[in-house]
Amino acid sequence: MWEFLIPLFAATVQSGTPILYATLGEMMTEKGGVLNLGVEGIMSISALAAFWVSLVTGSPWLGFLAGGLGGMALSSLHGFVCISCLGNQVVSGLALTILGVGLTHFLGVSYVGLSAPGFFPFDFPLLSQIPVIGDIFFKHNMLVYISFVIPVLFWFFFKRTSLGMHVTATGEMPAAAAAAGLKPIALRYFAVTVGGFLIGLGGAYLSLAYMHLWSNGISGGRGWIAVALVIFAFWRPGRAVAGAYLFGGVMAFQLRLQAMGTNFPSSLLLMLPYLLTILALILSAWRGKRIDAPAALGTNIEPEG
Amino acid sequence: MPLKIRKRDDPWKWGALVVFLGALLFSLAISGLLLAGQGKDALEGLYVLWQGSFGNLWALEGALLKAIPLFLCSLGVAIAFRMQIWNIGAEGQFALGAIGATWMALLFPDLPGIILLPLMFVMAFLFGGFWAFIPAFLKLKLRVNEIISTLMLNYIAILLLDFLVFGVWKDPASFGFPMTPEFTSGAVIPHIGESRVHWGILFCTVVGIGLWAFMRYTRLGFELQASGQGSRVAKYAKIRYGMLVMLVMTLSGGFAGWAGCVETSAVLNRLQPSLMVGYGYTAIVVAWLARLEPLNIAFASFLLAALRVGVENLQLELQIPASFGVIMEGMILLTVLAGQFFLTYKLERKHRS
Repeated sequence: MWEFLIPLFAATVQSGTPILYATLGEMMTEKGGVLNLGVEGIMSISALAAFWVSLVTGSPWLGFLAGGLGGMALSSLHGFVCISCLGNQVVSGLALTILGVGLTHFLGVSYVGLSAPGFFPFDFPLLSQIPVIGDIFFKHNMLVYISFVIPVLFWFFFKRTSLGMHVTATGEMPAAAAAAGLKPIALRYFAVTVGGFLIGLGGAYLSLAYMHLWSNGISGGRGWIAVALVIFAFWRPGRAVAGAYLFGGVMAFQLRLQAMGTNFPSSLLLMLPYLLTILALILSAWRGKRIDAPAALGTNIEPEG
Repeated sequence: MPLKIRKRDDPWKWGALVVFLGALLFSLAISGLLLAGQGKDALEGLYVLWQGSFGNLWALEGALLKAIPLFLCSLGVAIAFRMQIWNIGAEGQFALGAIGATWMALLFPDLPGIILLPLMFVMAFLFGGFWAFIPAFLKLKLRVNEIISTLMLNYIAILLLDFLVFGVWKDPASFGFPMTPEFTSGAVIPHIGESRVHWGILFCTVVGIGLWAFMRYTRLGFELQASGQGSRVAKYAKIRYGMLVMLVMTLSGGFAGWAGCVETSAVLNRLQPSLMVGYGYTAIVVAWLARLEPLNIAFASFLLAALRVGVENLQLELQIPASFGVIMEGMILLTVLAGQFFLTYKLERKHRS
């Protein structure tokens, strides 16, 4: 039993990590009051940016950074359209996904099948010696270890720093925040770009630490799962971790089942994560905690005059 | 020179058209740059795109053909968006419609077209409508966000289609290709005369006019219009909001289902995975560009269909990937969204007092 479960849980962490980065990025954006449905497009384009930079410079770290910056660039486009031009957030996000996925196919087509320098697993000193826990959590690549720290930083930022509280205020009541002397527009741009950076890191993970080969459609719906997980997590980083690993687990399980060669049709197996996404939303609605959503989420700040 | 934002006193009369044309020009310019970045001649590329879209009768026929499913899907998207119900599941509802129609075509291959085709349309509407009813129900009863649920149902629908054509419905004579047997003549919508265009275009016209009349002349249509202002207004006007949401979503999915039926029957003559080329997503672009108005949707579907045909030409002549068209769609939509700012506001020079 353990010989089956431990590798499965380890694979869960491995495939849950990109979703975790993206979920936290979207959560950051939404905390500032902006809904960004472009996550799927942002992850795709940043996966390509990361891959390309790593291929050209030979440095996966530069690639990782490029993924974040690529995510930041595309999200600031969404920011411009919604925050400055008051465009509809739902439609702008969809447009961003269409644009990002299209651009990734267009620019990435000549890299299909190539591989770039990436991140590979190693045993984390000392911690990997812990029985079971070490096997599940501390025999991964560096980007997984970084992802362990980010939810804590996220929590600290929103609970303990004044900037974090200002961002929250902008997502809850931008008018009141402005009356209190804050700059809601700037704060929203901050949330959107930093969130986009995190989403971009998730994309970078896909091409540098997960696939190791460039392929079209690399994001495969993970961006949308991240959007759903923010709701599932009630905008809390701790629950985001749980949600991301839940989905990582389902994806890992489904891959394993396919590899074992069951008679079960693969198209039905591939439905699992998408069915689970709907189920997760049903379950979170059951607990009926709507209040946790930032009150001004999805509404733009009208200029005076 | 510092600028200041001011709300317009009167709406800008030709603003929407100016913004749209501006967005189109801007997107064409950026697309040219993209082509140049790939080492192609940008001007030649844009010329090939134009030739492919509008250059000859063959191109125009192609655009009309593609405009048919886009129009139907987009009509469905628009009635949902008008109620602020974000149905982005047209792609999946389109697939389900195709599945429903195919089921009838395979079940009754010997029926004459006059009975079989209506049967296929009814089933396509029911299947597509049901696929959209699920998220509506989940939204009302369990407050499940419809953006996510409709999108997830897209993925599921495409996999369901794969499951069917790779499995139970696979043509034994297809040499392993995932496709159903070819439909019998009773299940195929005929062409108009000698042209490539089929009678589905007449169907579109009827549906379009029917919807317009329904919205304008029936009480239910009026209630739908009113509830577009949001659930609070609807409740104030004593409108059964929940029932309307379910009705609108079912209609919306049914329209997309019809598009799937038309495309399978008239264009492919069988069900196969190549049916799914993203009409459901382009339909969202069309609906928004058309500002959710049925007549505008007809024009916008034709325009974006022409763009798709033009990109096919570009692909053929200059080996540009098909995703080029997707990029343009995304860019036009983003630019229009940004440009719509100028419909309500204008920039003025700041006066020093």
